[in-house]
Amino acid sequence: MATMTKQRIAQILAKQGILIAFAVFMLAFTIANPKFITVDNVFSVVRSSAILGVMALGVTFVVISGNLDLSVGSMMSFSTIVVLDLHDKLGPLMAIPAMFAMTLCLAAFIGFLVGYLRLNSLIVTLGMLSAIHGLTLTYSGGQNMDIANKTGTWFGVFGQGSALGIPVPILIFAGLAAFLGLVLAKTPFGRKVYAVGGNGTAATFSGIRRARTVFMCYLISGACVATAGLIQASRSLGSQNTVGQGLELQVLAAVILGGASLLGGSGTVFKTVIGVLILGFIQNGLLLVGLQFYVQFVVTWVIIILAVWLDIAAKRGKLWSPIA
Amino acid sequence: MTDPKPVLHLDNIVKTFPGVRALDGVSFSVMPGEVHALMGENGAGKSTLMKVLGGIHKPDEGDIYVDERKVTMSGPLEAKAKGIVFIHQELSLAEELSVAENIYLGELPRKSFGRVDWTRLAEQTNAILKKLNVRFDAATRVGDLSIANQQMVEIARALTVDAKAVIFDEPTASLTDAEKVVLFDVIADLKADGVGIIYISHRMEEIFKITDRISILRDGQYQGTVNTAETNEESVTQMMIGRKLDLSRKATNHDLGDLALEVRGLSCGKLYRDISFQVRRGEVVGFYGLVGAGRTEIAETLFGLRDPSAGQILLAGQEVRIHSPADAIARGISLVPEDRKGQGLVLGMNCRDNMTLPQVDDLKAGPFMAEGAEIAIFDQYRDRLDIRTPGWKQKVGNLSGGNQQKIVIGKWLSMHPTVLIVDEPTRGIDVGSKSEIHKLLRELAAQGYAVMVISSEMPEVLHVSDRIVAMYSGRIMRTFTSDEVTEDSLIQAISGLGDSHAA
Repeated sequence: MATMTKQRIAQILAKQGILIAFAVFMLAFTIANPKFITVDNVFSVVRSSAILGVMALGVTFVVISGNLDLSVGSMMSFSTIVVLDLHDKLGPLMAIPAMFAMTLCLAAFIGFLVGYLRLNSLIVTLGMLSAIHGLTLTYSGGQNMDIANKTGTWFGVFGQGSALGIPVPILIFAGLAAFLGLVLAKTPFGRKVYAVGGNGTAATFSGIRRARTVFMCYLISGACVATAGLIQASRSLGSQNTVGQGLELQVLAAVILGGASLLGGSGTVFKTVIGVLILGFIQNGLLLVGLQFYVQFVVTWVIIILAVWLDIAAKRGKLWSPIA
Repeated sequence: MTDPKPVLHLDNIVKTFPGVRALDGVSFSVMPGEVHALMGENGAGKSTLMKVLGGIHKPDEGDIYVDERKVTMSGPLEAKAKGIVFIHQELSLAEELSVAENIYLGELPRKSFGRVDWTRLAEQTNAILKKLNVRFDAATRVGDLSIANQQMVEIARALTVDAKAVIFDEPTASLTDAEKVVLFDVIADLKADGVGIIYISHRMEEIFKITDRISILRDGQYQGTVNTAETNEESVTQMMIGRKLDLSRKATNHDLGDLALEVRGLSCGKLYRDISFQVRRGEVVGFYGLVGAGRTEIAETLFGLRDPSAGQILLAGQEVRIHSPADAIARGISLVPEDRKGQGLVLGMNCRDNMTLPQVDDLKAGPFMAEGAEIAIFDQYRDRLDIRTPGWKQKVGNLSGGNQQKIVIGKWLSMHPTVLIVDEPTRGIDVGSKSEIHKLLRELAAQGYAVMVISSEMPEVLHVSDRIVAMYSGRIMRTFTSDEVTEDSLIQAISGLGDSHAA
């Protein structure tokens, strides 16, 4: 009987581990600082997580298809700089679609290399991380980019506006999460993403065009990055050209925290959203309990490794399981 | 002579998993110098029993005795130290290392300062290899060896310890007939040295050829042990599945339909040359030959996975070009592939999603998957093929081999193909499911499908086929009708001894 309950608990942990961990964090931080759970603070956390979150939605598709995308950080810098530059040259109405088109071209190139040429996604996107960074610096001449007339434009609406009392970045994140969640869970394309990531050979043997599916995942990731760049540019109406630096690892962390397997084939949009929120609330909570900003880099990774360990432990049914 | 004492004895082993009593009081002993077969359908508890023996699972109840001393096994290393050695179905060798390094991995002989004593390593290894009578030496890279020879390396590894009992788990699954002979010689040698051998296999011919006794499990329960010499296939099967099995040859279905598939002069580099044959609706054509004879490659070409270098493919008299599986599926060709887990199924996906995978784009309600229609398809083929699963949400990876194979077959039947190609339909599948799948293939032909069956098992090819295409080294040697075929003529043809005939 005792073993049965232990196994039940292990099963619940394996299935709902992330949600339970989330609840525990929230409770602990609330006890440490009651301000943590106030509406204002919650809104502020979700709003500042929105950019990371939007990027994580796209990367979720790439990871489930069995690949990685480490280029999203520098690609986001690229989108941000391009849209700010074009804002003054073409006007906001033209700048936005032009920036989306350019970002999607980069994403399509990655999708082509990984999907059709079947190059290793780690190498390709690591290379692109650096290449796009160089591209951004070349494009901007190494300068930061600012909109000339910050008060005379409606462009700030995506980053600063709000509707029905809810900040627009949150609305974009929520709307995109709902949309992409449906795409992944309910459409034929979503099913193909899981199949390709779960067993690419079997997917091919079932007539699924694997290259096209992977290519599409990178396009989705690119569109999400462009959206994140738009929010970023709109929020401050000016930007450093390294604004997205390091975000690729945080994005990947959120996706893994959400429980997607790096081997592909598992994960959901909903879980990624939870992963993003956990990351956001942990970083916020650390500040609220009075720790230095820089501590978050350490604590975040400790927590991620703990989460991965508990996840694996719950699946194996024991905490300690060395290879031999 | 005193009564021989068992080298290994398992007493009343009980092992439960949540919801399943995987082993329910199983007792089992192996005498020195005995080859003891362990048989049972997939899911009967053979693997669990071996995992208990290897220390991977702890039994809930029951004891293990080695040389009449009670032992507890805490893991594979301890099992090995106690003289219990496993030769696994899936080989666990480091391909980049040499034969010697693999054999003594973790126990390499040392000189001063921890340096490896390569001279002694080579000597020790070659001494063992000599006993096994193999044609490679200690320095050979394992990755360069054939599967059969890699298995010999595993066996050599077993011989480095003072083995009391050696467990062979489906050792012949990927061996050719010639390689099997070598394996059986090695087993005979071990036996002569007084080692107890547990031999797990689904292949009846082998069991009756080399074992002394047979123990049978069904649903985790011990069904009994019989002397091989005093029993026959039929009664063993009956003990395994709890009912009688119809192994009689089905009459050929003579009312053949239209010509469904014709292949003319098809070649693909060195893999196969000048292949011509026809398959009519209502007909099962068996493709028999050794591994590497080019049969699977022909199937892959027909399914769009491999472009031919010459020749034509005609479907219902029309020449077609097939460049991808999607093309093949659209033209009514389906392939149940050879490697069920690697090519047939997404193991982490549920039963329903696996079954409807080739038609995801057609099962839509607006932009979304029509999940109701999907469940209806799953239910239809679950009932028709008698797939045993708690429900469509079950992950395919949790099903037994036979049920997994039925999911793959259901997946392709639901596409309503004209030509159904089945590559090794019953590899690694228990005998009960095997006969169900054979029966199904005959039924499908009767319903008007054109069926191609590729198999390396002669009884299977003889049992299901109306005609048999015998292949050797990329060529068709001869095509037999079911009336004229004999085992001898078939073996001659696939060994390259007969004359080459066009189909």
